Amino acid sequence: MKNKVAITGNEAVAQAMKQINPDVVAAYPITPQTEVVQIFSSFVSNGQVDTEFVTVESEHSAMSAAIGASAAGARAMTATSSQGLALMFEMVYIASSLRLPIVFPVVNRALSGPINIHCDHSDAMGIKDSGVIQLFSENAQEAYDNMIQAVRIAEHPDVLLPVSVNFDGFITSHALDVLEVLDDDTVKSFVGRYQPEEYLLDAKNPVSMGNFDMYDFYFEHKRQQVAAMEAAKKVIEEVGKEYEAISGRKYGLIDAYRLEDAEMAVVVLNSAAGSAKGVVDELREKGMKVGVLKPRAFRPFPFEAVQEALKKVKAVAVLDRAETFSTLGGPMFADVRTALYDLKNDIKVVNYVYGLGGRDLRLEDVEKVFGDLADIIKTGRADKFVNYLGLRE
Amino acid sequence: MTPFNRNFGQGRNTKAVRLDMNWKELTKAGNIYEPGNAATYETGDWRTIRPVWNKDRCIHCLICWRYCPDASIISTDGKFDSFDYKHCKGCGICASVCPVHAIDMFSEDEIDRREEARKNEE
Repeated sequence: MKNKVAITGNEAVAQAMKQINPDVVAAYPITPQTEVVQIFSSFVSNGQVDTEFVTVESEHSAMSAAIGASAAGARAMTATSSQGLALMFEMVYIASSLRLPIVFPVVNRALSGPINIHCDHSDAMGIKDSGVIQLFSENAQEAYDNMIQAVRIAEHPDVLLPVSVNFDGFITSHALDVLEVLDDDTVKSFVGRYQPEEYLLDAKNPVSMGNFDMYDFYFEHKRQQVAAMEAAKKVIEEVGKEYEAISGRKYGLIDAYRLEDAEMAVVVLNSAAGSAKGVVDELREKGMKVGVLKPRAFRPFPFEAVQEALKKVKAVAVLDRAETFSTLGGPMFADVRTALYDLKNDIKVVNYVYGLGGRDLRLEDVEKVFGDLADIIKTGRADKFVNYLGLRE
Repeated sequence: MTPFNRNFGQGRNTKAVRLDMNWKELTKAGNIYEPGNAATYETGDWRTIRPVWNKDRCIHCLICWRYCPDASIISTDGKFDSFDYKHCKGCGICASVCPVHAIDMFSEDEIDRREEARKNEE
């Protein structure tokens, strides 16, 4: 049954959490995530979910409580943004290394300072090396769909890793959007009942988790996490196919938009991909061969899919909504450039850092990027490979 | 769905991990499935000072046996028997609680040096 509704991204995600009906949610409010847990807590007090809602005193405690609940055998969730994720940082590594399938929305917001509450991806990029799966969402529909799929991805026996579902603060979280929600029974049967293979409250099969792990074993356990990430690529695609069967919406590792015959491509995460697609449609009408690549999974990084989608283009612009301060551009730029290096096709790859602290990415900005790429193809030169888009120079 | 490839954790039924196990054989995330497994992990090589029993002074009160945090005092028939040097970490609590000073702590380095000197004499 198709059910079209007009709700915000935060409402959509809270709705997904209600339909998933997790055993435990432990969260602390932070702008722009607040509504997610505020709305969800009303579901708890109205008896619409069976969830044990833990009102913790910080995000460090939120993830700690989710870890304890998940290790005990519960389907556990939390949710956060920005400074909250930064405070949670230590426990995020514990969750992934203990291999606990905790699902948590991250409503992307800039990190202080100077203090700012608006969208960029600095918060998410802080945990890109933590062993957590990171899914990104273009709009409220994708945030809703990703939440439901995240449960299946996280709990798959080959994966068993936390999954963070990212969507843009305010742009997606607070804007009213029209989307299709599934009915409760469909979601319930899709996510299934959580049956952990091992858990602390299983008295018949005792297990000790979080053990001391010295130089003689730690390295091997890190290698296991890499294998789980590798397996996650396949699982993300398979769960996407199953989800398509119940929703009619396609989900894979990447979203390749009009790239089949493209000469120029923009690679961009989250809501900005929507703006880029609009510009691509306009430029296509003018005869320019342009396209957009939107990675849906950023961790694991789907480099095989990125190579396949971009192997025929001549110039690529990677748009990063975060700085690394390495002086070598943004975080996604490094990954995309590395993925394309071995193709030896002399694809020119340049970087644009944009939208920090919530600055708008205007359509003219994207047009300018494609104009620059056309110049690079014409001259065969890309001298300045790190650029700032929409900055007052 | 493809069948699970289980790329880790084949050691689910492993009673004790061994140093020659590779990453595929070791348990997932270092989980331990055998209760009372501490005995399989020998912590004796952490020790820098060694407790030594003075047989003549010992009154076999077994206060050391009660206090030892690593169950490394071995008693037989209600009497002090020996130290379990494979697990004793050398914390010195036994020497400190002994009411008759029947346990002395010696530096492991000093013991090594003496043993080497004795070997050289032979």
